[in-house]
Amino acid sequence: MSLLSLSGVRKAYGDKVVLDDVSLTIDHHDVVCLIGSSGSGKSTLLRCIDLLEDIDDGVISFEGEEISDPRVDARRVRSRIGMVFQAYNLFPHLTVLENCTLAPRKVHGVSRAEAAERAMSLLSRFGLADQAAKHPDRLSGGQQQRAALVRALCNEPTLLLLDEITAALDPELVGEVLEIVRAEAAAGTTMILATHEMDFARDVATHVCFLDQGRILEQGPPSEIFTSPREERTRQFLRRVL
Amino acid sequence: MSQWSPSRHELDRRRVRSRLRARSAAIATLMTVVVFALVVVGLTSSPGWPRVHEAFFNGFHARAVLPDIWGAIWLNVKMFLIAEAFILVIAMLIAMARVSRSPWLTPVRLVAVVYTDVIRGIPTILLVLLLGFGMPSLGLQGLPISAFFWATVALIVSYSAYVAEVFRAGMESVHPSQWASAIALGLSRGQTLRHVVVPQAVRRVVPPLLNDFVSLQKDTALASVVGVFEAVFVARDYGNYNFNYTPYVVVSCFFIAMTIPLARLTDWLAARARRREFAGAL
Repeated sequence: MSLLSLSGVRKAYGDKVVLDDVSLTIDHHDVVCLIGSSGSGKSTLLRCIDLLEDIDDGVISFEGEEISDPRVDARRVRSRIGMVFQAYNLFPHLTVLENCTLAPRKVHGVSRAEAAERAMSLLSRFGLADQAAKHPDRLSGGQQQRAALVRALCNEPTLLLLDEITAALDPELVGEVLEIVRAEAAAGTTMILATHEMDFARDVATHVCFLDQGRILEQGPPSEIFTSPREERTRQFLRRVL
Repeated sequence: MSQWSPSRHELDRRRVRSRLRARSAAIATLMTVVVFALVVVGLTSSPGWPRVHEAFFNGFHARAVLPDIWGAIWLNVKMFLIAEAFILVIAMLIAMARVSRSPWLTPVRLVAVVYTDVIRGIPTILLVLLLGFGMPSLGLQGLPISAFFWATVALIVSYSAYVAEVFRAGMESVHPSQWASAIALGLSRGQTLRHVVVPQAVRRVVPPLLNDFVSLQKDTALASVVGVFEAVFVARDYGNYNFNYTPYVVVSCFFIAMTIPLARLTDWLAARARRREFAGAL
């Protein structure tokens, strides 16, 4: 059974169709990269999967259950899916450690001590142990995004959604964030990431989807998409970004 | 793309959604009815209810006092509208003085700090009494002696201090990066305040601002202590004369009727701002 499957997903804001007949299947331990120019629908797709947006047609199933059904408890689904945003979205009034322990304590009922211990071990694994007591605004962009990743990982998500998490970082800091993602991918975490980092996608992805005007125009293993794309539109896009 | 039509599955889902919405509406209605029924039953079955009903909810007295209160409430409205305009301007100036950094404005800043500290410490009713009786008795040439005028001034003085702090809190809640990016564009601190910080601050503080204005609407009743014949004075006068408290209930209804439109307006403004400025609001 696949972990996540989308079929015929459609999303429109008024007249503007943002996702059009999107179908996608993801298995455990897959690393799926969504590529495509800005406005092609990558972020919206991730937001729909995390049930932050209601879809207008189609079906999203997670672990065999249709989660696009309005009767489904969205909180229960979200507690199993982690999401990291482009703008970090750390809570500025909490320290880094408190950011990381909030959801485990309040949503998953982990004790304060245990949550802190797990968060600290993740933070130190990603080189943030000495930042744990600081407030997010005191950290550099790269550190903030790493902290946001740790915050998502502290929930032990079954599926991790990463929405252009390096887009706001300078090239030097991109590396330190992607290292974590790479490590997580190697550890077998299933993830979907919208990204502009083509080299990274080529390296880490098991599966690449090229989105154009709300449609998945082409998908396949990176070796195929990056070396011999079928569609002219994909070739154009890759010529521009590579 | 225009030939898209919703699938069977989607139509089912829409039915489920509207059913869920109907269910929420039903719960809301039921809960409201139950709660209010309980309150009414609880009140009317209390042992003293007939006496309370006679003294506070007397139809005859309500009708009798209505024209008088209707006539007097305009005084409250006038006082409130005049005061509100002045308060907004003065409070904003005080708040801006307090967040300014210019060395030239140091005395203004000192005055602003002392003003808010001192004025907020004085009960509004005392300010009304002090100004309402004190200023006219100074006997200064050209100074108005009307009690209405000085009661209004007292309200302006008192509320400016509160509202100034509300504005200042709003300005300080704007992230320093907004200051940085405005100054980086070459804007002066004053321009940054005017065009970047204040507009964001004002939007944030609309709810507490409304709080203060509702409170101000009610505090116009304090003018009665210096002999302004406004609505609450009229109600008290009638009540004392006829040994009935119904006028108080009537005047309360008037005050409620004045504040509700204001509350709805600010809710609507806030909702519009959210829709415009925040993508992906849940």
